[in-house]
Amino acid sequence: MIRVVLPAHLRALARAGGEVELQVDGPVTQRSILDALEARYPMLRGTIRDHVTQQRRPFLRFFACEEDLSHEPPDAPLPDAVASGAEPFFIIGAIAGG
Amino acid sequence: MNGVRVLVGTRKGAFVLTSDGKREQWAVSGPHFGGWEIYHLKGSPVDPNRLYASQSSGWFGQLIQRSNDGGKTWEPVGNKFVYDGVPGAHQWYDGTTHPWEFKRVWHLEPSPADPDTVYAGVEDAALFRSTDGGQTWQELSGLRGHGSGPKWQPGAGGMCLHTILLDPSDSGRIFIAISAAGAFRTDDAGQTWRPINRGLKSEYIPDPNAEVGHCVHRIAMHRSRPGVLFMQKHWDVMRSDDAGESWHEVSGNLPTDFGFPIDVHAHEPDTIYVVPIKSDSEHYPPEGSLRVYRSRTGGHEWEALTKGLPQRDCYVNVLRDAMAVDSLDPCGVYFGTTGGQVYVSADAGDRWTPIVRDLPAVLSVEVQTLP
Repeated sequence: MIRVVLPAHLRALARAGGEVELQVDGPVTQRSILDALEARYPMLRGTIRDHVTQQRRPFLRFFACEEDLSHEPPDAPLPDAVASGAEPFFIIGAIAGG
Repeated sequence: MNGVRVLVGTRKGAFVLTSDGKREQWAVSGPHFGGWEIYHLKGSPVDPNRLYASQSSGWFGQLIQRSNDGGKTWEPVGNKFVYDGVPGAHQWYDGTTHPWEFKRVWHLEPSPADPDTVYAGVEDAALFRSTDGGQTWQELSGLRGHGSGPKWQPGAGGMCLHTILLDPSDSGRIFIAISAAGAFRTDDAGQTWRPINRGLKSEYIPDPNAEVGHCVHRIAMHRSRPGVLFMQKHWDVMRSDDAGESWHEVSGNLPTDFGFPIDVHAHEPDTIYVVPIKSDSEHYPPEGSLRVYRSRTGGHEWEALTKGLPQRDCYVNVLRDAMAVDSLDPCGVYFGTTGGQVYVSADAGDRWTPIVRDLPAVLSVEVQTLP
């Protein structure tokens, strides 16, 4: 199972507890994780990536295995540790605003 | 006994304030959606338990929330606002052009006939409609496409469609206003639109007959007389007696005619309220004295309403969607400030008391009169 850590506001919106566990079929990529996440929690559509362009929202970042993967192509394979569930995929809100 | 439910949108969540018909003792519920900007909430006139709320954040974008129990519980509904066709471009602050980009919903206006039909005024300016309780949204693109769109430009707060008035006597007629494009009207339920800005004078627009470009802050009407409109413009309080075909100034003896909200008494179509603000660069009351001004003559002659309002050292603002009236008798008047106070007058403005003093900055106030 893939493990995903959401920002607190999105956990509240999705009424999810701590980490979210997802079944992802096929290659584990940013796109396949977000597709599975939005299929399970439709209310998250549009909050992480744009409805139409599918671009990551500017004030969100994707991290895994202590690396910033935000600028990696959405279809690039994620580290094996994410695919195996050893490490979570983090969706993080930028430190900005007031 | 009748009661009221006040829906307050703030920079950091929504609050619901309830009272009986006396409007003296209040219960406060919230924050709902704590930490999120709530630009606006409004209830359906035909089903008071059906509420819609615009929830947004710089991180996570736009959400629409719906309640079927008067705000006790909420569910997220559709948040996909996609412009119809090729969005095109409008003017930018520096005189260049800028592609139309959706940012947020400023105002939600439920239909007076159907609880599942609701309109959304958005930034960058456009009007959307849902007929399925907010699940899906379609743009009424005749507004953006009527020809002047490429000349529209944002006001300091963004290029927002902030006012939606549905004519209660004519289901095909809708008035909207955009900062800083002006006011527009449709007579065919949103298919075609035309600007209604004749008579508006704006210092920064040299052409006195300019069709668009006016920074209209708010429009209000009385439901018994929908052909008469009142406008708080960037500067100037204006009135139209012909459904927007022409406007004339009614600022009269106001200490300043800059401001944001304007509203009409529930039972007296010629009694109107504004909150004068010192200037376009000093968004606070003149002399640090918070005064609502009331005209009982449809403009020109204004009286200051001060009882219960701070008369010294007050430097808050009242934003365009942050004033409302109930339909009890006597009419209740409400407004919220950027300092987090929500004031009520249960006697049409003669005396004011704060319901709450320390909310986050208030973005919007709406009132439901409950049976």
